[in-house]
Amino acid sequence: MSMKEIRNPLAAIGLVLMALAAHALDVVDERGVSVSLPQPPQRIVTLLPSLTESVCALGACNRLVGVDRYSNSPEQVKALPQLGGGIDPNVEAIVALKPDAVLLAKSSRVTQRLEALGMKVLVLEPKSHADVRRVLDKLDQVLGTHEAAKVWRVIDASVSAAAQSVPAGAKGMRVYFEVNSAPYAAGESSFIGETLSRLGMKNIVPASLGPFPKLNPEYVVRANPDLIMVSVRSAQGLEQRPGWAGIRAVREGRICRFSAEQSDVLVRPGPRMDEAARLMAQCIVEKGGKR
Amino acid sequence: MNAAAARHTAHLRRVLLLGAGLLVLGAALMLLGLGIGSTGFESLFAARHDPVALQIVWDIRLPRTLGAWLAGALLGLAGAVAQGLFRNPLADPYLLGSASGASLGVAVALLMFGGSAASMQWVMRLGLTGAAFLGAVLAVMLTLMLARGVQQTLRLLLAGVIVGVVLGAAKDLITIASADILQAIQGFILGSTGLVGWSACAVMAMVGAACLLAGWALAPVLDGLALGEATARSLGLPLGAMRAALVVVLALATGAAVAQTGLIAFVGLAAPHLVRSAVKTTHARLIVLSALMGGLLLMAADLLARWLIAPQELPVGVLTAVLGGSYLLWLMHRRSARSGVA
Repeated sequence: MSMKEIRNPLAAIGLVLMALAAHALDVVDERGVSVSLPQPPQRIVTLLPSLTESVCALGACNRLVGVDRYSNSPEQVKALPQLGGGIDPNVEAIVALKPDAVLLAKSSRVTQRLEALGMKVLVLEPKSHADVRRVLDKLDQVLGTHEAAKVWRVIDASVSAAAQSVPAGAKGMRVYFEVNSAPYAAGESSFIGETLSRLGMKNIVPASLGPFPKLNPEYVVRANPDLIMVSVRSAQGLEQRPGWAGIRAVREGRICRFSAEQSDVLVRPGPRMDEAARLMAQCIVEKGGKR
Repeated sequence: MNAAAARHTAHLRRVLLLGAGLLVLGAALMLLGLGIGSTGFESLFAARHDPVALQIVWDIRLPRTLGAWLAGALLGLAGAVAQGLFRNPLADPYLLGSASGASLGVAVALLMFGGSAASMQWVMRLGLTGAAFLGAVLAVMLTLMLARGVQQTLRLLLAGVIVGVVLGAAKDLITIASADILQAIQGFILGSTGLVGWSACAVMAMVGAACLLAGWALAPVLDGLALGEATARSLGLPLGAMRAALVVVLALATGAAVAQTGLIAFVGLAAPHLVRSAVKTTHARLIVLSALMGGLLLMAADLLARWLIAPQELPVGVLTAVLGGSYLLWLMHRRSARSGVA
């Protein structure tokens, strides 16, 4: 805009209005706390992998200045300073980066301390499909990007495509998704369970047990799943667990072992949920083909 | 008579020297602490013109260094009181179940307040301290009840272990039932001074001052107890009431430290030992010196935890457990070697 135009009083008023609109931004986060941001944040710290991925999905990856220890996607965030994990966040390192917004999970211990130090803290924690969308929308608003609708459309379409790739014969298979060998399972009401439902699978862990219940191994034997999904981290000796040799999925070799990187994709409620759906669909196609 | 007076003066000088030495070392480490963190000393020099560097030094490094000292002092004090009260050099404030009681209290408080309440910082801090204190008192009382008093050392330690395990399990149950506080509890168990701010320092300083005064006033009963139950009774002091008051001091000091920094092992056990190995003195002085020693120990450990893998940091509780555990092993080894020779 040239100086000539600014001298025009109408254009000047317009500029002021634009400036005002760009300024005052009040966002209510998931604690119900209203956080006011003078402008869309340009130096962002995220302390949750799914939030890191969400910011990047909206095309604002270059605004990240620091991430938590477990954020490892997309590739470029690996070069950023790591600021500890959820249990041992490094307050000083966070403050030293002079972020104008810190995004973190509800359970983070550092929220209070950072706010006392005058940081702008937004608590956002996606736990379900709907949450992923909501968090994308909220971040879109905060970042001033206009990408959320498009990003979500692509994710949603990809999940649908993955669902369509599952052969009709495999629909309704009874699946056990093991999160770790305690064993904790991903139930129907979990984020992972929602994806399985969309793929036409039946979860052996009903929603009434909660999202990630700790099961008695006997429960799995009794439920006799057709297909088991597990991370290689905890798949060791799965067949040798007492009684498990009789489980249909074990008998027929229908066990998908996901690599560590694949597991990261599967368990994080973030914008890579379409990739997660593809991984699961691929597993179903490979292992559940002939029944 | 003259020789006794001279010995007394020499002894007093030794005590004062140790106290002054601990204070000076503490002050030096405190200054050093301002320069250790995710960045190094450059923040200290930049603090004059850079507001962020100033904030890092003044609002993060200073309170956490001071907080480490205060928490260590509380634990050292509690250790000295516990060892005198139970006439047992192994009576760590943690070994009597007070630590697991305090963590159970914190778990219950977190469950009621929610994982991380955003507002009401002060109420939350006092609430957590109160809950940890209550838990610690109840645990120690439970231990004493199971042990039927403090006379039988073995019974006392066994009761402490049992109470610790049972209360620890209760805490685990609460954590499993409410996954939201899992991380907060895990962080609590690791023990860290990373989140200590000025308000936490204020709470610990107030509790510390109160405990120190009470400990000083009640110390004569510990001196009496050291000579045996009968001697203590012959002093004409209200033994029961003073003992109960000392249990309160023990629990309050442990509770305050644990609520702000989480579980930090061995400081309470090691501090009085180190003081005793340097100077034999009355309990009133031992309590004060142990507090100074505990503060120094934990502050040094905290600096190490910040410095070892900078810019990342270790939870200080893990570090004290490793260092303190090694010290204890060495102590036992030396003792057994000595008795082997003798």
